[in-house]
Amino acid sequence: MTLLKRGLSRRRVLQTGMAGIIGTGVAPMIFTKGAWAQEFCNNPTGDTVTIGLNLPLTGAYAEEGADELKAYELAIAHLNGEGDGGLMNVLTPSALTGNGILGKKVGYVSSDSQTKSDVARAGATRMIERDGAIMITGGSSSGEAVAVQSLCQEMGVIFMAGLTHSNDTTGKDKRRYGFRHFFNAYQSGTALGPVLSNAYGNDRRAYHLTADYTWGWTQEESIKNTTEALGWETVEAVRTPLGAGDFSQFLTPVLNSGADVLILNHYGNDMVNSLTQAVQFGMRDRQANGKDFQIVVPLFSELMAKGAGENIKGIYGTSNWHWNLQDAGSVAFTKSFGAAYGSPPSQAAHTCYVQTLLYADAVERAGTFYPPEVIKAMEGHEFDGMGNGRTLYRAEDHQCMKSVLVVQGNDAPTSEYDVLNVVQEVDRETVNYDPSIFGGELGPAEPVPVCA
Amino acid sequence: MANFMSRNDLFLFLGFTIVVLAMPIWLAPFGAGYPDLLQRFMIYGIFAVGFNILFGLTGYLSFGHAAFFGVGSYAAVWSFKLLTLDAIPAMIFAVVISGLFALIIGFLSLRRSGIYFSILTLAFAQMSYNLAYSVLTPITNGETGLQLTLSDARVLDAAMGQTLVGQPVPTLLGQQLSGYAGFYLCAGFLILSFFIAQRVSGSPFGMMLKSIKSNQTRMQFTGFNTRPYALSAFVISGMYAGLAGALLAVTDPLAGAERMQWTASGEVVLMTILGGVGTLVGPVIGAWLIKYFENILSALNDQILANFWSFLPEGAADLMVQVTGKFVGDGWFLTLGLVFVLVVVFLPGGVMEGVRRIAATLKRSGTPDSKSRQTQPAE
Repeated sequence: MTLLKRGLSRRRVLQTGMAGIIGTGVAPMIFTKGAWAQEFCNNPTGDTVTIGLNLPLTGAYAEEGADELKAYELAIAHLNGEGDGGLMNVLTPSALTGNGILGKKVGYVSSDSQTKSDVARAGATRMIERDGAIMITGGSSSGEAVAVQSLCQEMGVIFMAGLTHSNDTTGKDKRRYGFRHFFNAYQSGTALGPVLSNAYGNDRRAYHLTADYTWGWTQEESIKNTTEALGWETVEAVRTPLGAGDFSQFLTPVLNSGADVLILNHYGNDMVNSLTQAVQFGMRDRQANGKDFQIVVPLFSELMAKGAGENIKGIYGTSNWHWNLQDAGSVAFTKSFGAAYGSPPSQAAHTCYVQTLLYADAVERAGTFYPPEVIKAMEGHEFDGMGNGRTLYRAEDHQCMKSVLVVQGNDAPTSEYDVLNVVQEVDRETVNYDPSIFGGELGPAEPVPVCA
Repeated sequence: MANFMSRNDLFLFLGFTIVVLAMPIWLAPFGAGYPDLLQRFMIYGIFAVGFNILFGLTGYLSFGHAAFFGVGSYAAVWSFKLLTLDAIPAMIFAVVISGLFALIIGFLSLRRSGIYFSILTLAFAQMSYNLAYSVLTPITNGETGLQLTLSDARVLDAAMGQTLVGQPVPTLLGQQLSGYAGFYLCAGFLILSFFIAQRVSGSPFGMMLKSIKSNQTRMQFTGFNTRPYALSAFVISGMYAGLAGALLAVTDPLAGAERMQWTASGEVVLMTILGGVGTLVGPVIGAWLIKYFENILSALNDQILANFWSFLPEGAADLMVQVTGKFVGDGWFLTLGLVFVLVVVFLPGGVMEGVRRIAATLKRSGTPDSKSRQTQPAE
């Protein structure tokens, strides 16, 4: 009796299961039907347009993230015609109106990416699907940038990368929907080479400590290529986990390795920690191979220099931009950022601000938010006045070609912000390179994927 | 009696199915009716249902389930890269690999019970995380995350003569799986998982697991060898985790090491306890609640709070923004912790106990004398 009953209920279960399967087959058509009404993802129909800020507010790059958020708020205020207009007054050529983008007021949503690729991607998806973001921007880690960029390609949403320095972002992992204003590790190597050769000679033994993800790997490779071309020998390159905190276990072997230069491929808090610990180990007072032991940090920013304090003095590195530059764009940006927040902007803030304006400008020139048109407007666009001299958004790999700064920790800072000296401004032609050397493929702009 | 139980189970199953499939409709007013979050509801629901088979039935508290979740994700992405972009081989591959992985870890960990078992699983999971994060980078791509590229081999797709234009995305028999299609796929699997869990828990095998929880020593004295049962439960729940991990990779083809971190393992424990350990629906509800509040609270920032409190006078509003700001955004874990403590103290059986208590109260007040009782002030 019970057997029969159980058999019956099982059949009913199967029946309902079938109904469910049919339901799942039909239901998606009902729910995605509305999606065809818009010709592309998050077409803004009201009088506002939303951009999505994906920022590391916690984790190893949190400080950069906080500065980037300020820059975005400032850029959005300027686009909406509030404040003093900042770089909008000096950008040439410019289609910006100070009346939002295409007459629509700019708003934003933000998400904490925790300096983790996985989380960054989830946050970006949320901002696109729930909040209707027309463009995603931000990030302080190349891992995030690469992850979010491929997501944006899938969704058909433009990604304006924030601070990302890996060669892969516009190299191996470049995407049609992703754009980068920041420079890359290859350019750092090209710019830094001659300076290092002058300062430390051509007979050195280098030891690399490298953040273990896409940026660290490519920077290590680029710097290695440069220094080995100078005649330096690479003793060893050791990978350290991102956000390790304590680097002493990695620094101890350096002392007995026979190296006389330590190259720290670290960024953010990681660099502050590893440099501070290296100095505590007495590395800067050491002699090795009859020479003074030296430390090089190929990429650093004023935020990190501030964090490292005394320890950064005299150390060479490269930067995308510095607030102390005297061109009209840099002066205007430093002034309006300083007026709003009481401190000079970092290079992370600068690149994020510029990216926002460039996107708005491209939309204005395209006359539509339709991504393929915006992409066309951006590709091969040449502009000036943003603080880096004449700049080209290269069409082949969506990399901005512009001058690069070689910087050195200031020995005698006059204020807590005056921590870096610009040693040399390496012009655009010198740091130029063939986009095909890194491989990768942009992929098509059309047909535009339609996000749900 | 058996008849009555099965009918009850059937209603539970049907109700669950309807609730799940109708989610895009009834969640829309709560700001959660969009595909990405709905997919996550389904995926973490599967994860929690599977975890409950181990923790809820046998009482073995594993602190390392995220390892199987992550292994499932990596396996699925590798299947996309090497074999085909179709989701079915990826999921089979992921479930098999995570099952094998669970077999090894379970075999070693189940030699101990109680806190020792928990610590062993935690150690294995942390080991897997570190391997994925910085040792096995050729396989996992470390912090950058394992991604699909145009230049991947995809042997089966190539053999079928398919060429790809643009960004590679997983498909199911040619149907793209982004958006609501991905949600219904995951929903189908959640319902299937729920059904299997229901069957397992009602079966003689499930009875055996429950008796391990109530008194393992007695079981052993009566002549049962309990370890194969516990190991099977461990492997089944590891396979559930692998399936969930694979689905996460199917809907969003990037596998990062973070999903194997101990916080992810802790999260599924919280989900299960918050919802109600040992109940069928509880863990799923726990997963939904945690994912929902994570989504809502972590997206709030100081601007939104300032708007919310703007009805207060200047100083008080600033203070409230300061105070509440600590509980939202990146500080939402603080809220989670607080809610967790409240639930454990006042509702040890989780949300399901709350539901039972309310149901009991309603039943009492639903009796004919309820009216007369309301009018009597003192009792």
